[in-house]
Amino acid sequence: MSLQATTSQTVGPYLHIGLSWLITENLAPKGVPGERMLIRGRVLDGDGRPVNDALVEIWQANAAGKYAHPRDPQAKPLAEGFRGFGRSATNQDGAFRFRTIKPGPVPGPGGKLQAPHIAVNVFMRGQLKQLVSRIYFPGEAANAKDPVLALVAADRRPTLVAKAVKPGMLEWNVILQGKGETVFFDC
Amino acid sequence: MKQAKAAPQMEVTGYRRPFPGTQPGYLFPTYAATVKRAPTQPLVILPHTLSELTGPVFGHDEVLPGDHDLTRQHKGAPIGERIIVSGRVLDQNARPVPHTLVEIWQANSAGRYPHKVDQHDAPMDPNFTGAGRCLTDAEGRYRFVTIRPGEYPWGNHYNAWRPAHIHFSLFGPAFATRLVTQMYFPGDPLLAYDPMYNCVPDERARQRLISTLDWESTMPQIALGYRFDIILRGAEETPMQTKR
Ligand SMILES: [Fe+3]
Repeated sequence: MSLQATTSQTVGPYLHIGLSWLITENLAPKGVPGERMLIRGRVLDGDGRPVNDALVEIWQANAAGKYAHPRDPQAKPLAEGFRGFGRSATNQDGAFRFRTIKPGPVPGPGGKLQAPHIAVNVFMRGQLKQLVSRIYFPGEAANAKDPVLALVAADRRPTLVAKAVKPGMLEWNVILQGKGETVFFDC
Repeated sequence: MKQAKAAPQMEVTGYRRPFPGTQPGYLFPTYAATVKRAPTQPLVILPHTLSELTGPVFGHDEVLPGDHDLTRQHKGAPIGERIIVSGRVLDQNARPVPHTLVEIWQANSAGRYPHKVDQHDAPMDPNFTGAGRCLTDAEGRYRFVTIRPGEYPWGNHYNAWRPAHIHFSLFGPAFATRLVTQMYFPGDPLLAYDPMYNCVPDERARQRLISTLDWESTMPQIALGYRFDIILRGAEETPMQTKR
């Protein structure tokens, strides 16, 4: 039997009413192992204006490269207190932020390891369905061999790699249109 | 040694791509806000890896038993027509999606949201916030008690009005099954004029966003029932190779 999936609709401008209760900007409370970092960024529209009504959600593995999910078959340890889910609503400057740990590598197509990355969903008024992207990490040798980055034109790959601002702080922006437009995926 | 015959284990290799015409694109100029917010570069097709086949799991410690009843979140009862909104969350393979988080939000009966951006000159209801959540049960069922939301004007074009609707947010079992949608009400004449409702070419896909009056969930003397079933993406599955 095969059914059609329900049509996506926009979150609209009032998403905060229903979704703010689950805002999770600190994914890794004390005791969760891994390299701690703050990932911050802004969402900018086609005029370069901040999008102040976006919601950014992230999904990531723990430092060992294990997802806290029953479908992850890997014999790797779970990290207590770490779900791997984050949700941040942008402010007046279009800014969002996550305090988390760097994920370990997880398998990709054919069992080959992917470079460490974070999966991203972005929701906003003016989008009838979410945008899907990924955050990769700077200075990571594995990026050169990542099977997903390899699908992206070389000149656009940098939009998926966060920039180091200072130790422990990364910046990754969502540019919706134009120069430096972020790579979005058909997921 | 003879092994007991078990159902073949299924390995999920990815989630199905949408049937053409059943999901909206990003640029839809009659919905004006898409013009500056839709990507202009083609999307890159993402193979579904472990990152997309897994997703956040939420538990009963986070969703409280009363969170599904939007009529009992304040001192008094909200103004408006009390309704039950319920249904099942299934995947495309018609299998229930159990224990998944469903979040909803909606306007009050006058068509007003308690939100600083909403300046519509309609009364607030101190007894109605308009937010609810629940987890589906083992059979994928969910149920909310709320009041029927009002239609409201918006700034998209001259004399633009949104049909009555309830916003829904669902996770499903994986990153790839995340869905945000809206539920509409049967017979709403505003649907014909609504850019969001009309964003998908497939007429039947649109119609599936409209709930149906449901006698089974109606509570006599208390509330009419509306049924809204939600179908999340289904997995492509292949029998797992088992080593002997
Ligand atoms: Fe709305």
